[in-house]
Order: sequence, then structure tokens, then C-alpha cells
Amino acid sequence: MLKAAYEWLDKRIDITPMWRDIADHEVPEHVNPAHHFSAFIYCFGGLTFFIVVIQILSGMFLTMYYVPDIENAWKSVDYLQNEIAFGHIVRGMHHWGASVSIVMLFLHTMRVFFTGSYKNPREFNWVVGMLLFFTMLGLGFTGYLLPWDNKAYFATQVGIQIAASVPVVGDAIATFLQGGEIVGAQTLARFFALHVFFLPAALLGLMGAHFFLIRKQGISGPL
Amino acid sequence: MAHHDKDKEVHFVGDSRVRVRKEKLLPKDYSEFPGKTEAFFPNFLLKEWMVAVVVLVGFMALVMAHEPPLGEQADPTNTSFLPVPDWYFLFLYELLKFKWASGPFVVLGTVVVPGLLFGGLFLAPWLDRGKDRRPFKRPAATGIAILSLVAIVALTWVAWDEHEKQLASQPKGSSEDAKIVNPQDPAYEIYKNNACVNCHGQKLEGLQGPALTGIGDAYTPEDIIKIMDEGKGQMPAGMFQGNAEEKQQLAEWLAEQDPPKEEESEE
Repeated sequence: MLKAAYEWLDKRIDITPMWRDIADHEVPEHVNPAHHFSAFIYCFGGLTFFIVVIQILSGMFLTMYYVPDIENAWKSVDYLQNEIAFGHIVRGMHHWGASVSIVMLFLHTMRVFFTGSYKNPREFNWVVGMLLFFTMLGLGFTGYLLPWDNKAYFATQVGIQIAASVPVVGDAIATFLQGGEIVGAQTLARFFALHVFFLPAALLGLMGAHFFLIRKQGISGPL
Repeated sequence: MAHHDKDKEVHFVGDSRVRVRKEKLLPKDYSEFPGKTEAFFPNFLLKEWMVAVVVLVGFMALVMAHEPPLGEQADPTNTSFLPVPDWYFLFLYELLKFKWASGPFVVLGTVVVPGLLFGGLFLAPWLDRGKDRRPFKRPAATGIAILSLVAIVALTWVAWDEHEKQLASQPKGSSEDAKIVNPQDPAYEIYKNNACVNCHGQKLEGLQGPALTGIGDAYTPEDIIKIMDEGKGQMPAGMFQGNAEEKQQLAEWLAEQDPPKEEESEE
């Protein structure tokens, strides 16, 4: 039954080559932690992806209760954390996952750096990876404001002040982030949009490029 | 759509423009890496998943052990709140506290130093063009990276330490809607009959000195006795004139002064 369904689909859209291409490529011994324990350093990239998936899923559930306006933002977070079944677990996953994903991303970057894997011909994939790093930092910065507690509010205020002190473009950046004279309703709405739509879109696009390139070029050889 | 090489027949999937692939996508020859290669799916992915499971268990243990912090609702008029960015921005925050990277030289702290750091990282493939990949064969790249790492760790640590100290030096009581716990306790009379009341107020609400309601959240009786003996901030030493037993009684009562609701604003 399943086989028949698959064949019906395959006859029309020829899906076998697509997934065989992903499934069948050989993974060399030097990155396989089952053969060399020290190869666990090659797992950081995959683990970053794993945590990002956790972030996306927990974030999707958080938006079911979160209300992005200054009257209700804090109340909705308080409600989902203290009243909803498993709310504190889902918010906990998103809160701690933010830190863990930065740690994993950092470890992955260090692995690539110290094994010199960014060298010819993989320069471009390194640049894509750095853009991913900045996107993640942006997600961290914008997500920090959303619970709308004192810590969130004043950290964002300081962050925007620092951005504003950059010569020439500083004021433009601050206005763009703040959406007004003070950190307020506009800022929260903007940070929500950035955190939930713009930056994740960039993240997914960049991750697609990152994976396409690694598949195209293969993983770097042993040292 | 006429195609020119007549001798080659092209097959399409159905009536679409997707070409039928004749050659099967067999695993590529990884002769570049001799050794025990294995297919990505399912063999290798299973091993990666096992690593991920270990990480997941640790992660969920962290999530269940520590509830995510949620402070009081943002109050833009609150002037005493100590702002602190998330930990991974702390090193940049600390950088801006250096005299050579703040005030008139703030450009150094906001643009030049981070620009060099991240710009250098961004352009690493073009700055480090040699063929060698081993870290010890490219001392410049490795050395600069390790120095930067040490600097980042040190700055983060200093920033965190400073923040902790600032928090510790802030008055711990909360004057807002915290009630006196157990006002029938004879220790309250001891409090009122001593000099404490002049600065901390009849109802512990704070006058020149900080409020003492909610103080039990921050101090143990031993801490409180130490403050009574040695003073703190503007409070002079030896303000409590009663005997040792009364002092102990008062300290224990003050340590019971917990805030009525959870008012943790800091982790």
C-alpha cells in the first residue's frame, strides 16, 4: 500500500533521485564519532541545527499565547509560564535553548576555524556561516525584549543607545530599531516582527544555502 | 520545442519538463578519504542522532531544573534598575567601559574593535590563504584567535563579576506593597525601641535608610547581625545598642521578612 503510493508519486514527480542524493552520500571516517571519539567536534554543526529546530518548534508554541503589545506582553508570558500546562517547560526550552544554540554555534565556528576548513574551496560557505552567526545574534537581541520585564526593557534601551553612538549611521539604526523616540510600543512590535518573521526567514534561507554548499563540496578532508 | 540532437532521445517524466534520470545516484567514491566511510542515511544519521539524544537529555534536565526567569513588568520610570544584556553580549558591553573605548573614543569600542574582530573573522579565508590547515602550521591565525578568545572570556567574566557586585551593593528590601511578616513578634518591639527605627521607619518602610520589608529574601540572620555590627553603606557600625540575645532575636525576625510574592527580578 505504502509502496504503491510511493510508486504512484515517483512515476509523476520522480522523487527517488532527490532523496537518494541526500541519503546515499558517503560520510568519511574522520568525522564519524563511532570510529574516532574525538570526531565529536564534527557534531557541533548538526547539534546547532538540532537546537535551532527546538527553537523553532518551541517558539511556534509560544506564539499561541504571546501577545506582542506593551499592555499584555508581560502578562501573557506570565500567564503561559505559570498557568498553562507545560508552559514553563516550553518557555524554558526557548529561553535556555537560545543560550545553548549560541554555545553550539560558537563551538561549531571554532571547530571550522581551528581545522582550517574555511579554506579553498569552501570560502563562500564560511561567509554564509558568519551571516548565520550574525542572524542568530540578532535573534538573541530581539528575543530578549519580548517578555517585556525590566531586564528586557533596560537591556534593550542600553543596546539601542550603544547602536546610536555609532558615527554616521548610528541614529538611523536606532530609529529603525526603536521606531520612535523611546523604547516603547513600536519597539516591541518591531522586535516581534523581526524575531518571528524577518530573522527566521533569513535564518532558514541561509541554512538552506549552508547545507546546499556542504552537500555540493563535501566535508573537508582529514587534517 | 525542437531540440537539435536527433540521435539522442530525451525522456521526460509524464508530460512535464523534468527529465528522467537514467543513471542511478550511487554513493560517490570517497577515495579522497580512505577508511570506513558509511552512507549518510540511515547509518551515519543514527550515530548523530545518538549524540543529539545525549545533548537533548542534558538540555531537558537544564530546562526542568531551572525555571526561565521572568522579572517584574517593564517600568520605564524605574530608575534604580541595573541593566544587563544577555551573557553573550557582555564582552561588548564591558569593552565600552574602558576609558580608551568610551566618551570621545566610543568609536573605538562600538566600531573599530568589534569591526576588526568580526571583520577579521568574516574575511578569514582571504586573510589566511596558505594551504596548510593544521592549527600549528598557521601560527598567526591560531594565535590571534586564541588571544581574542581569552580576551572575550576575560571581558565576559569581568562584566559578570562587576554586575554581581553592583547587585549585592543595592539595598535588598522592597518598599512596594511588602507587608511586615509576623508583627506580633516581640522582636518588633526591640526594633522600635532601638535606633533602627529612626532610619528604617516605623513599619520597616525605609526613611533615610533602605526599606527592610522583604529583607529576609536576601540575608540570613548571620548576615544581618554582621551588618548591625559593622554597618553597611551609609549605616555606621554598632548601631544596635541592645544585648546579644535581643540582637539575635531581632536578626531572626528580620530574616523572616520575605516578600509576599515572588519578586525575583534577577537570576
